[in-house]
Amino acid sequence: MALFDFNTNHKALVWTMFLVFIGLTCIVAYYPAYEMSSYEPLPDQQPLTQDQRRGLEVYVSENCAACHTQQVRNIEMDKAWGKRPAIPQDYVFSKARLNFWVQSPSLLGSERTGPDLTDVGNRKGSLDWQLLHLYEPRAVEPNSIMPSFRWLFYEVDSNFVRESDVVVKGLPDKYIKDKRKKVVATEDALALVDYLLSLKQHPLPEGMEAPEFIPLKPKEEKSGGGATASAGPDGKSLYEGTCAACHQSSGEGVPGAFPSLKGSGIVNNDMGETHIKIVLFGKDDNPNYGPMQPFGDQFTDEEVAAIINYERSSWGNDSAPVTADEVKEVREANE
Amino acid sequence: MIYLRSKLHVLLFAVLVSVNVTGFAANEEEIDSWLHGAGVIGTIALVLMILALGVIIALARFNSYIKGYKQKKIEKNNLQFNEDILSMDSDQIDQILEQRKASLNYKLSGEELCGKEAPTDKRGLIYEITHDPKPTFVAKKQRRSKVFLRTDPELKKIVIAFISASAFWLIFGTVVGEFAALKFIWPELDHVSWLSFSRLRPVHTNTVFWGWGSFAMIGLAYFVMAWTSNTKLHSYKMAWTSFILFNLNIIFGNLALLMGVNNGGGEFREYIWPIFVPFFIVPLVMTFINFYQTVAHRKVREIYISNWFIFASIIWTAVVAVTAYLPINGLGETAIAGYFMHMGVGMWFMTFTLGLIYYYLPASLNKPIYSYALGVVALWTQMLFYTMIGTHHFIFSPLPWWLQTIAIIFSVGMIIPVTAGTVNYLMTMRGKWSHLAKSYVMPFFLVGVCFYWIGSMQGSLQATRYTNYVWHFTDFNVAHSHITMYGIISFVLWACMYYIMPKLTGKEPKQFLVGGHFWLAFVGMFAYTLPLMIGGTMRGLSWLQGAPFMESVVLMRSHWIWRAVGGSMMLLSHFVFGYNIYYMVKGYKAHASEAAEQSSATELTEELLETETI
Repeated sequence: MALFDFNTNHKALVWTMFLVFIGLTCIVAYYPAYEMSSYEPLPDQQPLTQDQRRGLEVYVSENCAACHTQQVRNIEMDKAWGKRPAIPQDYVFSKARLNFWVQSPSLLGSERTGPDLTDVGNRKGSLDWQLLHLYEPRAVEPNSIMPSFRWLFYEVDSNFVRESDVVVKGLPDKYIKDKRKKVVATEDALALVDYLLSLKQHPLPEGMEAPEFIPLKPKEEKSGGGATASAGPDGKSLYEGTCAACHQSSGEGVPGAFPSLKGSGIVNNDMGETHIKIVLFGKDDNPNYGPMQPFGDQFTDEEVAAIINYERSSWGNDSAPVTADEVKEVREANE
Repeated sequence: MIYLRSKLHVLLFAVLVSVNVTGFAANEEEIDSWLHGAGVIGTIALVLMILALGVIIALARFNSYIKGYKQKKIEKNNLQFNEDILSMDSDQIDQILEQRKASLNYKLSGEELCGKEAPTDKRGLIYEITHDPKPTFVAKKQRRSKVFLRTDPELKKIVIAFISASAFWLIFGTVVGEFAALKFIWPELDHVSWLSFSRLRPVHTNTVFWGWGSFAMIGLAYFVMAWTSNTKLHSYKMAWTSFILFNLNIIFGNLALLMGVNNGGGEFREYIWPIFVPFFIVPLVMTFINFYQTVAHRKVREIYISNWFIFASIIWTAVVAVTAYLPINGLGETAIAGYFMHMGVGMWFMTFTLGLIYYYLPASLNKPIYSYALGVVALWTQMLFYTMIGTHHFIFSPLPWWLQTIAIIFSVGMIIPVTAGTVNYLMTMRGKWSHLAKSYVMPFFLVGVCFYWIGSMQGSLQATRYTNYVWHFTDFNVAHSHITMYGIISFVLWACMYYIMPKLTGKEPKQFLVGGHFWLAFVGMFAYTLPLMIGGTMRGLSWLQGAPFMESVVLMRSHWIWRAVGGSMMLLSHFVFGYNIYYMVKGYKAHASEAAEQSSATELTEELLETETI
């Protein structure tokens, strides 16, 4: 059997290594890659616009995926990042080959040093927040360790700001040396934000079942449902998870960009209707502040009520609580 | 307070693991649930524990049986002795007692071995004479070899060039890594786009991969290939061309990364194809042809086991690298990403380095490898098991469930090649433990081999679904990759270098500095990895509890500081290492030409005298 005498036959040795390895690679790489690379998009799922595509290129160029994942895994803890686990269709447009030089971007990521971005367009839907955060993350999140992407912005004397320029609002004085200047976003920054705001988990069509989240402890799910169900949603953690990005944990907001809730006339008004309206449908009529995105689609009536009641009873605020039924009324009246 | 609470969580986690393991072994109705994998694994662990218990009991029984047997024999002898004494007369007994007294009083004069003449050293064997031996603070290591290896000076040049380049890239890569680590503590360190964390991270990983590790391995392999085939290297021209191309790969690749041009962020393949294909894949194939032709023209009948591993490593890496750059879209790219991310490490670095151990470890101990057959088993199982496990980087992702399960099962199967390799190396070391005190080559090898087993087993455990639930996406991954790439690969490469470089250049680095390198790197690695493992666990648990994300960032801060401390020690050790290489290489050219002139000289003593005077 000289053919398989690897000790002395270098040809047989090398060819065996090569062919068997190719065979194994077919099983774990070529076959699944072939299977996974051709999915039809979900109905109504839109391809990226030209601007969003440019934003994705900036995202890749700055290597955002080094710290930010874009995959909601099918385990319980990832519920924080999306309503359902990710499915292959979610990536049909974003994971097409980027261009001749660059392959399909590795968006799923393997490190979650920063938050997952699958659904960031819903969570942080404000252009002003995104720009301020890119220019100086610590202006909105004091504990953030994200780099500040200053090179995506430039400074302009406040007299020469053009109509079309998008100025970063609410930047604290300590982050800008020359007080006469304003910070203006480059087209790259605007494209990147455009892409980030487009990151929203696409709803599944009717009849298509989403994969389920796997709970950590299946036993407790089955037996211990009664005790937790009655407690209702926790207004504080909902506020911290979503609202605090702009209005801050202190409720004081960021002057010039996001209004303070502490001592606010709307929050402290015992008639809760305006307050509910703003949370459900957003607000864009105050020239001093950036627009607020609507949150009606993200939260149930109970959750909206819990958030509002937390705001109404914190930081020295003291006004009458609202109920889920009131939220429902406002929602139905305005839809 | 938060810290204390988190510490409790770590404890809780340990308890949870054990509770889950036992809970699921008993509960049949949950076989279809997600813990199925972990449950099975837990059961296996339990069975193994019982087996181990059985072995311990059996050994204890066996031991007591032997003890009883011995006791019976002793008693029998005692009876015989008593009878013998009773049968003797008093003169005989007196004679025996006198003899015993004389032998107890005997003393050595102290001059039995050396005589009374003054000592001379005709053959130049004595290294150092002292009349006043003082206890030293650190153990004094022997100069390991005085033999200036006589081999083709061209071969020496290429090996030394590769190793010097690797040392340069190691220092560069570590500086970048350290700078990136500092940014976790001071994110406002600078506002230069080229130095932003996200651009530097791939510069660090790619430099230590394609710069440090690859250069070191290939350089060391040139020597193994030519030496074990007992022939000249096939083509020096090819070797030098590949040397230049490999360097250009890192220079161009890093420049592109700093400018913000990368290949979509796929880990370890951030260099775009117009750089990676001509400057890595092409010289890789050239290197293979060079090695293959060298072995094909070998002057011995058999192919040494090291060369099996090195051939395998290069062939597999070529396949893996080409696969990585195929134009595949959608989640198909993610399937390839998992495959490449792991094969780049397992097929290139691990397989290659194992091959190097099979030559350099026995060579440094001056004895053959323990088992050739075990090495062959390790090679083929490495291929079978390692290839299948890439998807364990994407557990719970939208990749197919069966692919994830395969990855987990084969990750556990890695026990076979890893244990086969470890046993082989440790058994080779057996009986040569005194080398631990004699030189630093052995300590480097021992650390590398121990980490080979521990790091790989830890990786297998990390691949299971339950541990993934907690650890994935956290800094635990970073710790694991440093345990393996640093603890295994780097330590083994250093061992090989400290063995071969003095032989090539005829200059031995100062043992104090080699020791400084060893201890700084060793302690630094623990300061780096342990805090990240603890912090990573705490972070995963914080996510499990549904705490706000920023809480998990804040709790990592102290761990990131420790990581930077460990990183600084590692960086310092690399400067020392760089100096050691510089010290050995500096002025070696004279030796190379002298060695060429002397190639006809026959007497070993001449060379000995020559190196003695350096």
